[in-house]
Amino acid sequence: MKRDADSTAGLWPLSVAGLAAFFGIWWLAAGLHLAPPQFLPMPQEVLRTFAGLLHEPFAGYTLGQHLWSSFLRFAMGFLLAAAIGVPLGLLMGWFEWLDRIVTPLFECVRYVAPIAWVPFAALWFGTGIGGPVLIIFAGAFPACVVNAYRGAKYVEPRLVEAAQTLGASSLRIVAQVLLPAALPSIVAGLRVSAGLGWMSLIGAELIVASSGIGYMLVKGQSNIDTAIVMSGMIAIGLVGVAIDVLLRRAESRLMRYRHPSHS
Amino acid sequence: MARFRPARLAAGACTLAGVLLLWYASTSLTGWIGPARFPEPVEVWDALRQITVAGYADGRLDQHVLHSCALVLMGFAAATAVGVPLGLWMGHSRRAEAFFNPIFMLIRPIPPLAWIPLAIVWLGLEDASKVMVIWFAAFVPSVINSYVGVRSIERPVLEAAAMLEVRGARFVREVVVPGALPHVFTGLRLSLQASWTTLVAAELIGALFGLGHVLTQGSLDIYPAMILVAMMAVALCGGLMTAALTWLEQASMPWRFKA
Repeated sequence: MKRDADSTAGLWPLSVAGLAAFFGIWWLAAGLHLAPPQFLPMPQEVLRTFAGLLHEPFAGYTLGQHLWSSFLRFAMGFLLAAAIGVPLGLLMGWFEWLDRIVTPLFECVRYVAPIAWVPFAALWFGTGIGGPVLIIFAGAFPACVVNAYRGAKYVEPRLVEAAQTLGASSLRIVAQVLLPAALPSIVAGLRVSAGLGWMSLIGAELIVASSGIGYMLVKGQSNIDTAIVMSGMIAIGLVGVAIDVLLRRAESRLMRYRHPSHS
Repeated sequence: MARFRPARLAAGACTLAGVLLLWYASTSLTGWIGPARFPEPVEVWDALRQITVAGYADGRLDQHVLHSCALVLMGFAAATAVGVPLGLWMGHSRRAEAFFNPIFMLIRPIPPLAWIPLAIVWLGLEDASKVMVIWFAAFVPSVINSYVGVRSIERPVLEAAAMLEVRGARFVREVVVPGALPHVFTGLRLSLQASWTTLVAAELIGALFGLGHVLTQGSLDIYPAMILVAMMAVALCGGLMTAALTWLEQASMPWRFKA
């Protein structure tokens, strides 16, 4: 959350109290056996399981290996979505006829939840790599297209007119005027779509996969081992944050490159 | 992308008609795409009739749809009933923000779908576990956007309220809520979309009833036509819910949508 520089400064004891309340209630509830430990493990138990999973394999692989295979699938699906979605969005922003053809199709498909593609993904591409990659693609693609399109539509007309006066071709305008001008919007879209893609991947792996972090969660669930499920959730959260931080870094690098004087 | 002018509408209709023709040509006419990969239009029509008249996967289409929609609305209502006031409070009070934000930061990065296994362990495959998952899916966006909404109220408005000694419940009712409302609605829309996606995923992973269950059953039976029917139903419900929320938004903030 964005905040003013001074907003919660000096109120850190309250923040500590908040966290203490959260873990305290959890610890008490587990310690008093309000639920069997199988269902509600102690916080330190979850931490120990998490550390253990790092070197002891569960469901065939260690936590690191599960995460790596998930991440590879994510990277493939996300890059594919960006590589098709961003150029498509830019071209739609320039060529009116393309916009008219694609937009109605897009509006029809938009409301299909990405995860609802799972049955067809399994039917068409199997459950190894192809199926999950299609789901990630379905999750990440719309935000890539929409943001590139918006970015291209809101480019200052002056820039386009200047390029046209100088005799630039359509493709050259798209590549050298629209693309750089739409960059902030595109990068914002990429961040949104990375988040959606990562979430869709988890869903896909919960349903069809034989490795990956989602698969580990399912195995933990069928063993009724809540500590493993929670460790997996923590790992998923950490990777999600890491992906967002990386993209933010890339974003600020790009912005500095665009406005060298502001840095 | 959502501008509707007659020319665009006509172009859209032509495109859709073209796609339908292409679909018919590549499946029924020439058989380029095998029936195990993608259904023929006739098969989809038959599947639609089968599920609406005779029923499929333990129920008729309307029963599945109603079941899924009811769950979404329950989870969504429970989450926003907590999330919106919490977000407003966190936006208004620095102390509340300091207290709740760290806890919220722990929950926020976990994607809603990752709660599904935990919900199944805790509550089984029944409706309660679906509602729990939807609750987490809808909670996060409603809190964040309500918070941002309060923070986006302009300082002069707050100062005027302070000067006029508008305080307490009246301050919340007449300054905080209307000022934050546009962002609150953004949050509600994101929450609703997340709820719907999450429910479909939860039903795909394990359910005894609902649209996700139809999808699962369709893929177990290798029945592509039924899968397509269920996907269309998912899209239609999602679209209609979003439209209903947009209508509610316009009805509750008439001052923002004067034509």
